[in-house]
Amino acid sequence: MKNSLLYQRLLNNMSNISELFLTKIVNGIKKRDFTSEEVTKTFINNSQNSKKLNVYISECFDDALKSAKSFDKKKDYNGLLSGVPIAVKDLFCTKNVKTTAGSKILHNFIPTYESTVTSNLWSKGAFLLGKLNCDEFAMGSSNETSFFGNVVNPYGKQLVPGGSSGGSASALAAELTPATIGTDTGGSIRQPASFTGTVGLKPTYGRCSRWGIVAFASSLDQAGPMTKNVEDCALLLQAMSGYDPKDSTSVDVKVDNYTSKLTENVKGLKIGIPKEYIVDNMPAEIDNLWKQGIDYLKDAGAIIKNISLPHTMYALPAYYIVAPAEASSNLARYDGVKYGHRAKGKNLIEMYENTRSEGFGDEVKRRILIGTYVLSSGYYDAYYLKAQKVRQLIKNDFDKVFSDVDAILTPSTPSSAFKIGDKTDDPVSMYLNDIFTVPVNLSGLPAISVPAGYDENNLPLGLQIIGKAFDEQTILNLSLAIEKRANFKKNFKVWWS
Amino acid sequence: MAEKKFDYFINGENGKWEVIIGLEVHAQVLSKSKLFSSSSTKFGAEPNTQVSLVDSAFPGMLPVINQFCIEQSIKTGLGLKAIINLNSVFDRKNYFYADLPQGYQISQYKKPLVGEGEVILDMPYGTKKVGIERLHLEQDAGKSIHDIDPDNSFVDLNRSGVALMEIVSKPDLRSPEEVNFYVKKLRSIMRYLGTCDGNMQEGSLRADVNVSVRKVGDSQYGTRCEIKNVNSIKFMQMAIEHEAKRQVEILESGKKIDQETRLFDVKKNTTRSMRSKEEAHDYRYFPDPDLLPLKLNKGLIDKLKKELPELPDQKKDRFIKDHNLSPYEANILVSEKEISDYYEEMIKECDKKLATNWITVELFAVLNKNNLSISQSPISAKNLSSLVKMITLGKISGKIAKDVFEKMQVSDKDPKQIVEEEGLVQQSDPKELEKIVLEVLSKNQDKVIQYQSGKVKLFGYFVGEVMKVSKGKANPNLVNDILKIKLK
Repeated sequence: MKNSLLYQRLLNNMSNISELFLTKIVNGIKKRDFTSEEVTKTFINNSQNSKKLNVYISECFDDALKSAKSFDKKKDYNGLLSGVPIAVKDLFCTKNVKTTAGSKILHNFIPTYESTVTSNLWSKGAFLLGKLNCDEFAMGSSNETSFFGNVVNPYGKQLVPGGSSGGSASALAAELTPATIGTDTGGSIRQPASFTGTVGLKPTYGRCSRWGIVAFASSLDQAGPMTKNVEDCALLLQAMSGYDPKDSTSVDVKVDNYTSKLTENVKGLKIGIPKEYIVDNMPAEIDNLWKQGIDYLKDAGAIIKNISLPHTMYALPAYYIVAPAEASSNLARYDGVKYGHRAKGKNLIEMYENTRSEGFGDEVKRRILIGTYVLSSGYYDAYYLKAQKVRQLIKNDFDKVFSDVDAILTPSTPSSAFKIGDKTDDPVSMYLNDIFTVPVNLSGLPAISVPAGYDENNLPLGLQIIGKAFDEQTILNLSLAIEKRANFKKNFKVWWS
Repeated sequence: MAEKKFDYFINGENGKWEVIIGLEVHAQVLSKSKLFSSSSTKFGAEPNTQVSLVDSAFPGMLPVINQFCIEQSIKTGLGLKAIINLNSVFDRKNYFYADLPQGYQISQYKKPLVGEGEVILDMPYGTKKVGIERLHLEQDAGKSIHDIDPDNSFVDLNRSGVALMEIVSKPDLRSPEEVNFYVKKLRSIMRYLGTCDGNMQEGSLRADVNVSVRKVGDSQYGTRCEIKNVNSIKFMQMAIEHEAKRQVEILESGKKIDQETRLFDVKKNTTRSMRSKEEAHDYRYFPDPDLLPLKLNKGLIDKLKKELPELPDQKKDRFIKDHNLSPYEANILVSEKEISDYYEEMIKECDKKLATNWITVELFAVLNKNNLSISQSPISAKNLSSLVKMITLGKISGKIAKDVFEKMQVSDKDPKQIVEEEGLVQQSDPKELEKIVLEVLSKNQDKVIQYQSGKVKLFGYFVGEVMKVSKGKANPNLVNDILKIKLK
């Protein structure tokens, strides 16, 4: 096949296409600067050389190449994502492609159906490149709970990429996929985005359909885009969002044209700085980053306001009751009867016990136990019901401040990426990673993490912007304003290939 | 009519015991598709052919409420004169079983769709109100089949996710007979409404029965036992009788009743313990986060209320008032929708009282003999009506009508046709009849003399003879008249 001119120019350095932003790739294909096949080959090539990162659970390279070739023949450039290969978190059910949720219990599960969100991507011209590693059932903040092994952060051999969408974050940062999608229940998109210097957005609850996504905690789960810059994020969000009658919690609110409305002009927007997000033992560099972010937004003409979200301190405990409660029930279906792993047993009960003992990892078991406990008769009121009340108070906090501000700026995480194994024996310190992200899920609001700087070890740090319900546009615009000013550039060399 | 008195008590060694019964009836909603999926609900399909990804709980599958099932349940609630809750919530009831694919049943726990209502029973000893505590919607489970293979159990998920209404009564029932009346009345209401087919053989209607006993005169309820999943009225009655006696025996021997769940063993006619209170499942109910709270607008309820068909109680009142039927007759006619439909079809053409008699006496005898329901009747309402009409018009005698009725059972022919073909038309020509009468009298001169000298009982004999000669076709009224004149 005759290679296009730009591709010829790029041939000496295969990864150059892959360095391009999603938007550029879509435009490049549209303008015939390169073909979908050329793009796909580049990402496949990068992916094949990425074994040390352990990001893939399933590779769909052959099919992706076929899709690319057929795309190039059809030349239908009308989709938002025309001709783009995309690898996705292995929590999205993909038709005829193994979907494991990072768990042994689904290690052999091949869905006969496609999740609504991935369908949305494919209907806009993208196709599947592979399924990306994640914490088991999305329960984790370091991608260390995956049955398929931990994922490595491109920023360092010893570093976790965050979680649970760790495979997605690493794959994106390492340029194995032009963009990706993850899911966020308590921070699972934003925290890994922060740890890998990428952009991750958790949309408003109900913005994206949950249909066909392996459920962790139904009232909190939300799919979202993970990209290399804000513009890509706007594009991917636009492509994946939309009302779905198959998901009763999906909301029928018009999806904005985020890309065309994207602007760094945030003049006059009021930005809240919540005092409760100044936590004990927060590293100075996080504090500095936050201040830096405030300066960026001031510079962009935004008005900074000090606000209070008084119930913030109760968010994490409430989250670690609500999420496990729902999970304990959501995961009951993995019983060895219908699909997935089945262990032998003398009778039904023993089969259940053996299947679930073998099939689930420790963190998942821990959360099933917590969830079962907090829903038990006699404890329900003290835990689950109380947590729901706290949840309402946290929501009320946000409602109140949003009558006064347009968005809220906080750090994304209380630290940069930590070392593999550092927190595996200390679940509470692991859970503390989600301290800034969890209140957002409890309130159903949209929030984005945008890379804004480095710590003293040259590890990326992100800022979080929380928006009003269904006002993804404002947080995208604010992120763009930060992005332009932070001028964040990846600063690692490819060490894994 | 003297009213019977209620007399169901267990006679223990030291006194009479009253039996307190409450029912949780599970009624399958009449709907083409399931409560949260579009799979068919048709009974009797090949195993696992009516199962969607939602019903089999595949990863990432989500329930979507079937609006029709909601409307059916609201209608049922209205039929029970109950409060419809504008806000209700679906909860998850968590437990593991092979035929429960989700590992939880979606049900309603704290906020059911329908609140308190009532059902009126016409007992032989008077009218009885049975309180309804609530009606909630839930998913049915699949079926486990244990008797096909010695080592394995099989699961059929066709029923998984089918909508059930759980109708919980207050502990207002006091005898197996009241339970019989209650279940029948409930079933009748739902069949009038078209919200449940009430087919107990196919499991569309089953019940958990709560039984406790107390000394007559006591005001406090005793400890109850729940007998699970009884699927016929007869079994409910047997189970209650047995369970009540068992409880009385325990209490009279000075022991206490353990609150527990029991099963009714049909073959042995006993109940046995299934699980104790301590072993009771902790279902860990919590609101299903996949479903938003169900909010209804009053407009929908008003609309459904307007569309409600006439229900058995209203129909009964109308039959008594407008059709001049006795309460007893009206009750029988409205007891099943199909019977009242049959009756109302008949009376388009014929006399109401006669129609009632023919249905409740002649037709019911035939149906009972052949173990048929009225919808399976070998004789259509139209043809029976035309038969009755021929009697009123004097075309055939009651006696001939019975013969024709016999023939109609074999082939549901228009009785007019039968009468014509068989030449059974009543002889009502006075001249013809006079001839026969004179013939009979001349043959029985001796009896005529006896009659005229005072033995008036012989009148019947003459009538009989005339009928014989006319092969039963003579119009009996005319015969009477003519005889009276000729014998003067």
